[in-house]
Amino acid sequence: MASTIRVRAITNGEITEVQTLIQHPMDSGFIKGENGELTPAHFIRELTFEHDGRIVFVADWGTAVSKDPYVKFSFKGGNKGGDLKVSWIDNKGKTDATIVKIQ
Amino acid sequence: MTPHDRFPAMRRLILKGAGSVALAGLGVISFRPTTAFAAANDKYPEDAFQQKDEREAIKLLYGRTAEPSDKVKLDAPEIAENGAVVPIAVTTTLTDVTSVSFLVPENPNVLAAYYKIPPGTMPNVANRLKMAKTSDVIVIVEAGGKLYSATKEVKVTVGGCGG
Repeated sequence: MASTIRVRAITNGEITEVQTLIQHPMDSGFIKGENGELTPAHFIRELTFEHDGRIVFVADWGTAVSKDPYVKFSFKGGNKGGDLKVSWIDNKGKTDATIVKIQ
Repeated sequence: MTPHDRFPAMRRLILKGAGSVALAGLGVISFRPTTAFAAANDKYPEDAFQQKDEREAIKLLYGRTAEPSDKVKLDAPEIAENGAVVPIAVTTTLTDVTSVSFLVPENPNVLAAYYKIPPGTMPNVANRLKMAKTSDVIVIVEAGGKLYSATKEVKVTVGGCGG
């Protein structure tokens, strides 16, 4: 299956900017579906970014993060061609991870 | 060494110590370090995410209160036509930032997102949040062990709690 995670990490030599888009319903548990019943909450709880074996960013999310979540951050360091590992786990225990090269 | 490096490790050590003393003294009793605040360890702050009141959420997350600061810039639209996707970002000139959180007091659960900022990571975060209706948006920046906030009202035309 294709990864749910799309990441673009670009360095200018000093700072690496990371933009991430993830496919996930991020159901809040407060909205009724077509059958009139509340759709159970289903959302990513933790999203982690690692570079060189070091955690550079962690997102703890609740139900108010939009569907197909987007997040942008940047960190010092990060060499061109270096690996950035991105992983998430949701409230049902589902996970996904990917590794991208810093551009 | 920054406070971010030092305090979580210290607390864990202290808690571990207390845990083993309790276990040694009382036999097998489940020990939960309930006094540790979410922000001080690596765990997902489950309780804070379930709060309906922003003061409670902030208290559970940090164990202290925030003061407004003009060094924290909250970027959010005046009017959001679609409450399901509201672009919100923060930048700050504060140093030693260890975390950033976004709260929407009029949402069913007020805490939307909590970001851990390790040393070397910039204290600038952009994301997209759901807003059930018109509400203030509060951002809290934890820097040097203190909390600084910025608040902006976003008018929501069509609410989007479900996305």
